[in-house]
Amino acid sequence: MIIPAGSSVLEACRRRGVSRRQFLEYCAAITATLALPASYAQVVANALSQKRKPVLVWLEFQDCAGNTESMLRSAHPTVEDIVLETLSWEYHETIMAGYGHAAEKALERVVREEKGKYLCVVEGAIPTADGGVYCTIAGRTALDIANEVCTNAAATIAVGACAWDGGLVKSNPNPTGALGVQEAVPGLSIVVNLGGCPHNAANTAAVLVHYLTFGEMPALDPYNRPLFAYGQIIHDQCERRAHYDAGRYVQEWGDEGHRKGWCLYKMGCKGPQATYNCPTVRWNNGTSWPVKGGHGCIACASPRFWDTKSPFYDRLPQPAGFGVDVTAGEIGWTLVGAVAAATAAHGIGHAVKSHMHPPPEAEPVETHEKVTEDK
Amino acid sequence: MARVVIDPVTRIEGHLRIEVEVDGNQVKDAWSSGTMFRGIELILRGRDPREAWIWAQRICGVCTTVHALASVRAVEDAVGVEIPDNARLVRSIIAGTQNVQDHIIHFYHLHALDWVDVTLALKADPAKTSQIAQSISEWPKSSTVYFKGVQDRIKALVASGQLSLFSSGDWGHPAYHLPPEVNLLAVAHYIEALELQREFIRIQAVLGGKNPHPQTYLVGGMASAIDPNETESAINPVSITLMNQLLTNAQTFVRQVLIPDVLAVAGFYRDWFEYGEGLGNFMAYGDYPSGSIHDPAGFTFPRGIILNRDLSTVHPLDTKNVTEYVTHSWYEYSEGDQVGKHPAQGETKPKYSGPKPPYEFLNVDEKYSWLKSPRYDDKPMEVGPLARTLVAYASGNEQIKKRVDAVLSQLNLPPTALFSTMGRIAARALEAEFMADKLTGWIQELSNNMGHGNLRIHDNSKWDPDSWPKSCQGFGLEEAPRGSLGHWVEIENKKIVNYQAVVPSTWNAGPRDVHGNRGAYEAALKGTPIADPSRPLEVLRTVHSFDPCLACAVHVVDASGRRYSRTVPAI
Repeated sequence: MIIPAGSSVLEACRRRGVSRRQFLEYCAAITATLALPASYAQVVANALSQKRKPVLVWLEFQDCAGNTESMLRSAHPTVEDIVLETLSWEYHETIMAGYGHAAEKALERVVREEKGKYLCVVEGAIPTADGGVYCTIAGRTALDIANEVCTNAAATIAVGACAWDGGLVKSNPNPTGALGVQEAVPGLSIVVNLGGCPHNAANTAAVLVHYLTFGEMPALDPYNRPLFAYGQIIHDQCERRAHYDAGRYVQEWGDEGHRKGWCLYKMGCKGPQATYNCPTVRWNNGTSWPVKGGHGCIACASPRFWDTKSPFYDRLPQPAGFGVDVTAGEIGWTLVGAVAAATAAHGIGHAVKSHMHPPPEAEPVETHEKVTEDK
Repeated sequence: MARVVIDPVTRIEGHLRIEVEVDGNQVKDAWSSGTMFRGIELILRGRDPREAWIWAQRICGVCTTVHALASVRAVEDAVGVEIPDNARLVRSIIAGTQNVQDHIIHFYHLHALDWVDVTLALKADPAKTSQIAQSISEWPKSSTVYFKGVQDRIKALVASGQLSLFSSGDWGHPAYHLPPEVNLLAVAHYIEALELQREFIRIQAVLGGKNPHPQTYLVGGMASAIDPNETESAINPVSITLMNQLLTNAQTFVRQVLIPDVLAVAGFYRDWFEYGEGLGNFMAYGDYPSGSIHDPAGFTFPRGIILNRDLSTVHPLDTKNVTEYVTHSWYEYSEGDQVGKHPAQGETKPKYSGPKPPYEFLNVDEKYSWLKSPRYDDKPMEVGPLARTLVAYASGNEQIKKRVDAVLSQLNLPPTALFSTMGRIAARALEAEFMADKLTGWIQELSNNMGHGNLRIHDNSKWDPDSWPKSCQGFGLEEAPRGSLGHWVEIENKKIVNYQAVVPSTWNAGPRDVHGNRGAYEAALKGTPIADPSRPLEVLRTVHSFDPCLACAVHVVDASGRRYSRTVPAI
């Protein structure tokens, strides 16, 4: 069988024995992560059935490659689906086939031939001190490369704390003058920041699918973070919340409360000060998240968290109403502060800018052959 | 002589640049340079030592968790606390899982494309691939239909004109020797391994909430609560069952896919048992304690040194003999750049003196890397799976010796063939198999402890910083997937005043020292054949065989030039 040029995700799925129903179920899962109404699943499905794949380049600067590794763990869609079927992933040092001059040329080609059309993902901070000598690739500084590649992209996606706001690398005393992408390359028209240490690939995959589906990024908060992922306080979504409200706390590591899954507030948990969808999306295909694992949250998706949330084992200042039944909003939003409150005012959790998207009309995915339904 | 530059070296962690001098069809000389610097140790100063591991873990996200473990061990050593048995087991399970995971990803996703021509897989006869697969393994995904499906998927990718990650590969390079059918087999397993790594690492999510960067270490133990009767405990019968299931799948994959694939590749590239030897000096701190971390006799991987490829003697190891040079690194020492300094007395002032970017070549006669040059007893050392395997083999470790001898006899090679590029690959695969078996035992021990009512996961006696001495110093050693790792910490008034990591890829990828002795990469590249200087694929083969990790390798100690009088005791 010869596959015609420019295959779509649906076609690719079919060749591998994935039924149309399974494909639509996957689209529904992504739709749910994005907090879109269920009727959007069809729109997602239609977008992923397109022919020509958008090009993506992934730049790594002052990074630990933890965000790359996190992307490799993506389960919905899987990383193999993303890199082989959904996007043409043409530059990514950690996993690309080419090296040296061939790698440089691959990046040059994208910037030249896909100008204004490609997606640029950035991982790691960008050093600006001493002429940028603290990170060079092929003899060029990270800043030089970012200036060229981000500026010519359709959109830039900063994954992880370092690319977002400098993260750990920018922490005091910031020995290399490190900055996040937005600061280092000011004036980029579209930037999406996916904070976290590392980013959660479930959210990044959802942002990519949203972009492929609607041709634009999901609704963002004042930090350019997608509301669907960063719009809710961890404490409010935490499965240990009932213990907090009832005054049941872990007092010592390994004590009865720790074994019973009580609240980690007294052990320094920053959940009441942090926004992220960590408790609901979880990590590694929904397996767990740090609080479920038994350790407090370090607020890794919060602005400048390394400098502002450490010491991580000191308990937060005692909020009003501590230890008695209070509403989530009273405690959480007070602690998170004004920026998060502004987020709340936007209406939490809806990825779509409603004025831009009329309710979708169900357009069936084009099918060229009879597809076997699974039982 | 032509100077050939590879920058970026891809399919590694971090930013590595290799410059080689090619004469005729051979590498005459080589220089290895790390081109990124963050300064994490500087950032650690002044912080709560109990959270040092959270910061240090971010040294690397590929070998995630390894710096967390070395860090927490260093602080525990400084404040004087021993961890409970359950914490030891949880740490071994996390570290062992990382080892197997890294080795699988390294072979398939970072290294395989140096040996496998993806485009040649299109010319394969899937029926023949199926025959080959079934002749070397029991692995069930081996039908003609299955391989036809994989081939169709790659055909579609090529036909689309958008080759994604494969768009810039060196396809058609004369150094590729695998028949089309074996290329197809390898491509199928490349894709399967992506799925395997995603699933297997869920063990770390069970124990540590997430991966990368699991969040569960504590000075004095672990935060993964254990209780057979509590559904909200991280460790309970349900999670033990899940971990066992994930492990069994990985074990099967390693035995039935990774090992046969490595042997197949080794069979077609036998000449690479002759290239890439390098230093002939190997070092392992040893790791995976059966009791206290202070009792190396109980380690799963033994400690020791092998010199000048002599497997008849394993020399004892004393960390006070570790020093670092900056003669060819972009730092300066206050006594001048000719001296070597012990990590506990370390000093680092970053001082870039390389060419102004953008540049074409480094000035390799002067300073040329952000990596320092660690030395043991003034000798360069190779660290990693091959070093561990050789130290264990020469120490007479039966389990490891048996595996190594079986493979050597299958390939009809002497033990000295291990001193090579292909030897590193074989040692890594055998280690993955060995570790997967060890993991079964550790999960069983943890389950037994739980069943017998031993639920202790943390020693609280030193949690309160008021219980610490006013000033103290410690270090933590570990065998990370890529080799011997050490963290050194000094604490004063409950805060970190000095911190340093000496990591595996600094040993392997470091530049020349004051005597002009090459680092392990530089030495190993000498004599590498080069078919086409414009496409130096062969250089990549040897460099990749070390599994480089550059984010780890570049570090800085203390920009203030602080001195320490205390000598770290011999261990």
